[in-house]
Amino acid sequence: MTAKPHLDREHARHLLGQMLRIRLFEERCAELYTQQKIRGFLHLYVGEEANAVGIACALSAADSIVSTYREHGHALARGIAMGPLMAEMYGKANGTSAGRGGSMHVFDRATRFYGGNAIVGGGLPLAVGLGLAEKLRGGAGVAVCLFGEGAVAEGEFHESLNLAALWKLPVLFVCENNLYAMGSAIERTESETAIFRKAESYRVEAHQVDGMDVVAVEVAALGALERIRGGAGPQFLECMTYRFRAHSMFDAQLYRDRAEVERWKERDPIRRFGDWATASGLLHVADIEALREAASAEVDAAVAFAEAGAWEPVEDLCRHTLMDAVPA
Amino acid sequence: MTTTYREAIKQAIRDALNRDERVFLMGEDVGRYGGCYAVTKGLLEEFGEARIRDTPLSESAFVGAGIGAAMAGLRPIVEIMTVNFSLLALDQIVNNAATIPHMSGGQFAVPLVIRMATGAGRQLAAQHSHSLEGWYAHIPGLKIVAPATLEDARGMLWSALEDPNPVLIFEQVNLYNMEAELAADAGAVPLCGAAVRRAGRDLSLVTYGASLHKSLVAAQLLATEGIEAEVIDLRSLRPLDDATIMASLARTRRILVVDEGWRSGGISAEICARVAEQGFYDLDAPPARLCGVEVPIPYPKHLEDAAIPQVETIHAAALELVRPSGRST
Ligand SMILES: Cc1ncc(C[n+]2csc(CCOP(=O)(O)OP(=O)(O)O)c2C)c(N)n1
Repeated sequence: MTAKPHLDREHARHLLGQMLRIRLFEERCAELYTQQKIRGFLHLYVGEEANAVGIACALSAADSIVSTYREHGHALARGIAMGPLMAEMYGKANGTSAGRGGSMHVFDRATRFYGGNAIVGGGLPLAVGLGLAEKLRGGAGVAVCLFGEGAVAEGEFHESLNLAALWKLPVLFVCENNLYAMGSAIERTESETAIFRKAESYRVEAHQVDGMDVVAVEVAALGALERIRGGAGPQFLECMTYRFRAHSMFDAQLYRDRAEVERWKERDPIRRFGDWATASGLLHVADIEALREAASAEVDAAVAFAEAGAWEPVEDLCRHTLMDAVPA
Repeated sequence: MTTTYREAIKQAIRDALNRDERVFLMGEDVGRYGGCYAVTKGLLEEFGEARIRDTPLSESAFVGAGIGAAMAGLRPIVEIMTVNFSLLALDQIVNNAATIPHMSGGQFAVPLVIRMATGAGRQLAAQHSHSLEGWYAHIPGLKIVAPATLEDARGMLWSALEDPNPVLIFEQVNLYNMEAELAADAGAVPLCGAAVRRAGRDLSLVTYGASLHKSLVAAQLLATEGIEAEVIDLRSLRPLDDATIMASLARTRRILVVDEGWRSGGISAEICARVAEQGFYDLDAPPARLCGVEVPIPYPKHLEDAAIPQVETIHAAALELVRPSGRST
């Protein structure tokens, strides 16, 4: 039997509410960036929210996540509180990493969030190690590894898939294929553009999923996790998705048509799920408004939390470069 | 009892596997083959496939997997065949292992041990003879050790596994067959702290790894000529034990750094800079260096020998420092 989400009113509210939280958080981040409250690189996830939310819904507390620099959505969906996340974007001491990582390096021990990683492909070997630890200890957790299709060209992708498959490790690889690695369209960089086929060549069961459909992603993730927990070894999902905004805040988007962006926006995962849920009677328009207002208030509170945060004292500059002990 | 450097490391790994169930070993050909330098021979039979893990030729993935497993609470020992191949895992070592504890605000430690062979001297030509340990010593967040004795080979692995930080252990290839006495109950050796291997008053030879043994022979030669060299074994390249170096310099007032690695930007440069910063007024002569010649290590024996410090060249450089040929004494 394949696992299916129970799509009742509560769950529909949860899915939509989570996507709205991510969307509103990031739209505020963009504003804060122009106000220079957030600096450095900022990679927004707008348009891709269904992937984070669908995957996170399928996970248990014992599972761990390895992510990329485009990880705010993953972090929020996983349950990292919005205040410390925003404070990390500011670089404040009350941020998730006391501000040391910033937007691209969110870590959270409590939710087993093993980091945003700013080296394309750099997180995949870590996820293999987390899966290996789980297997050696006989634990029930799965390591979920999220990455963009750009990472598929890196050697670390191939090494990691081979190793995870060879050792039958509990790892769920999730490729969020948004069709562009910075300005490089996938056809310009890959000889085989169906990414899931590459995973299959390592004898990893792989599926292509509509990444603009939160329920489809959740169903696919539940199935993959069920197979992993049943001992089938690593699984692979290719989520077909699209980022509505620029790669980072420095990108003039000369490499794609406005019309293409507009076409994809018609498949906006938030509007699409909201329309479906109201049409099917699961949610009322007022419910959606309430969710939006709640998310907006949460973002306000997160900004206030970040604004109120202190800066790390310069005396602590080198703290944690070497650790005194392994955290318990 | 008399044993070898190779055997001392193997015993250290066995001890660790017996002492701590979180410890496991992985790397290319560590199991069925027994290790490319036969360090791990027999361990697969003794501890089984789960804890002695042969990996594919995927340096980046298995080093990264070691980092992930360490972050998750295990204590992996990763063997990279030689430092030359560690270049394919540089991303994981430098971008992940060295940064994550700091970048996560101390939420995650990386208690990982990476062992690898290093150095020239076996006529393996340029791509198998690098001495890049000094390079790694550039990186904050890593600890870099180079055991030159059996006690250190055995005892530093122990300490490395107890350390909450990523520790890279460099084993000079010519040391594996070295024989010496080793107490059956030899224990842990701290990761920091240089050792004075020979006391002297006329100059300090500061070195590590296989060059230590050449320096000790050179010191004996010098002694027959009435020159007493103090020989310092760094043992750790990061952190460097400045105090022991400066204390030795204060006694001898002359320093010669002997390093198989290249001179430009090497660990010898760092040591001389620290000597200039901290020991300038103790110096009776400019700090001197004898390093690997700046050339890809060549294959023929006579050229390879000429490319790295040897007893004769150490002796000559020491003599020059104490009794400069250009000046009358
Ligand atoms: C190893 C490496 N090379 C290059 C970069 C610069 N870079 C950052 S993001 C990116 C594109 C990655 O695209 P993809 O993996 O598809 O993820 P997306 O940004 O689309 O989410 C590049 C080239 C990097 N961070 N790391």
